[in-house]
Amino acid sequence: MATFPFELVSPEKLIFSGDVEAVRLPGAEGEFQVMAGHAPLLALLGPGIMEVSGGEAKSRRVFIDGGFCDMNGTTCTVLAEAATSVDDLSGEAIDRLIRDAEQAAAKLEVPAERDEAERRIATLRTVKAEL
Amino acid sequence: MASLKDLRNRIASVKATQKITKAMQMVAAAKLRRAQEAAEASRPYAERMASVLANLAEMTAGDPDAPVLMTGNGKDDTHLLVVCTADRGLCGGFNASIVRKAVSDARDLMAAGKTVKFLCVGRKGYDILRRGFRDQIVDVMEFKSVRRISFTEAHLVGDRVVAMFDEGAFDVATLYYAEFRSVISQKPTGLQLIPAAAAAADAIEHEHEHAPAAGNAVYEYEPDATEILDALVPRNIRVQIFRALLENAASEQGARMSAMDSATRNAGDMIDRLTLQYNRTRQAQITKELIEIISGAEAL
Repeated sequence: MATFPFELVSPEKLIFSGDVEAVRLPGAEGEFQVMAGHAPLLALLGPGIMEVSGGEAKSRRVFIDGGFCDMNGTTCTVLAEAATSVDDLSGEAIDRLIRDAEQAAAKLEVPAERDEAERRIATLRTVKAEL
Repeated sequence: MASLKDLRNRIASVKATQKITKAMQMVAAAKLRRAQEAAEASRPYAERMASVLANLAEMTAGDPDAPVLMTGNGKDDTHLLVVCTADRGLCGGFNASIVRKAVSDARDLMAAGKTVKFLCVGRKGYDILRRGFRDQIVDVMEFKSVRRISFTEAHLVGDRVVAMFDEGAFDVATLYYAEFRSVISQKPTGLQLIPAAAAAADAIEHEHEHAPAAGNAVYEYEPDATEILDALVPRNIRVQIFRALLENAASEQGARMSAMDSATRNAGDMIDRLTLQYNRTRQAQITKELIEIISGAEAL
C-alpha cells in the first residue's frame, strides 16, 4: 500500500516522523482517516485516540487532547495540544482530565459552551473505557 | 591595619563563597543544556503552527468574522505588558534588563496617553516593578515549584491573557522576555501577542520566501476556516508564551552561568590579594619582633 510522510508534533517535542499508510484521527466533527493522496485538508481535532498504521509506524495508538490536522496533499502533520502514547496512558491521568473538565463545565453558563464541555467529558469517558 | 586573624577569617569566607559560586555555575551549565534542548524541541510545533496560521490568515483576510484576537478590537487605549522573568536572582542583569525594556516601553506608552497594565510572570519581575508601578500590576504568576517548564504553564498564562482580553481589560498585549542568543548574550525582546495579525503577516512573508508553492493548494476545511481560526489563534498565543518561557529559561541559566563565572573569578582575585596582604603582614610582624629582640640584646 502507498505510504506518505506523516508527522505528529506536540508543543514539547516532535513525537513521530516517518512514512505511514494510514492515520485515523478523532476529528471535532467525527472520526476520519487520512491515507496517501488525500485531498488537502485542515481539520480541528477533538480529544481522543489516534491510530497510525503501516510503514515505519507499524501500529501505534496515541491519545491526543485536541489539536489540528494539516494534510497538504502530500504530507500530513498533526499538531496535538498534548499527546501520550496509549501504552503510557494511565487511568488516573484520564480521570484527572475528566475531573478538570467536569469542574470547568460546572462553571459554564452559556448552553452552547456547556454542550461542548459535556461532549468533551463524554469523549474522555469513551477513551477511558477503551483502555 | 587588619590583624592576621582577621585576614585569615576573610580569606576563609571568600573561599567559601567561591565554592558556592563555582557550584552554582556548574549547576547552571547543566540546566542550560537541558533548557536549550527543550527550547529546540519546541521549535517544530511553533514553526508548523505559524505556517498553518499564515495559510488560514490569507484565506480569511478581510473577513469580518475573523476572530477579534487576530484583528484586534479596533482600539489602542489600554496596553497589557506581560513581563516574563525568572523566579530566582543571582543571574546578573538578566531580570533587570527585561524589566528595563518593558518599563521604557511603558513610559513611552504612558507619555502618549495610553493606560498601561502589567502581568508579571515570575517573581523577580514583580519585585522590581512593584516599586514604581504597584497599582498597575494586575497579577503575578509564579512557577517556582515547577522543575521544568511544560506546556501546562503556558496554557495557564495564555488562558489568563485571553480571558482578560474577553473581559475587555486591555486592547493590546505585548510579551516581554529574553531571547537566547548565546551563553553571554541574551536579548530582551518585546513581542506583540494581541492582536495577532501583525505577527501572522510576518509569518506569511516568511512562508512566501521559503515555500512559494504551499499557498496554492485548495484546502478543505472541517469545520469552516473561520471556526478553525477561532480555535487556532488562542492556541497560537499559548505557543508564543510557551516559546517565550522556554527561551527565558535558557537565557536565565546562561546569564547565571556567566554571572557565576565572573563571581568565581572575582573571588579568586580577591583571595590572591588577601593572601598577599596576609603574607606581607606576617613577615612585617616577624621582622618587627626580630628587631625588638636584637635591640633588646644590644641594650644589655
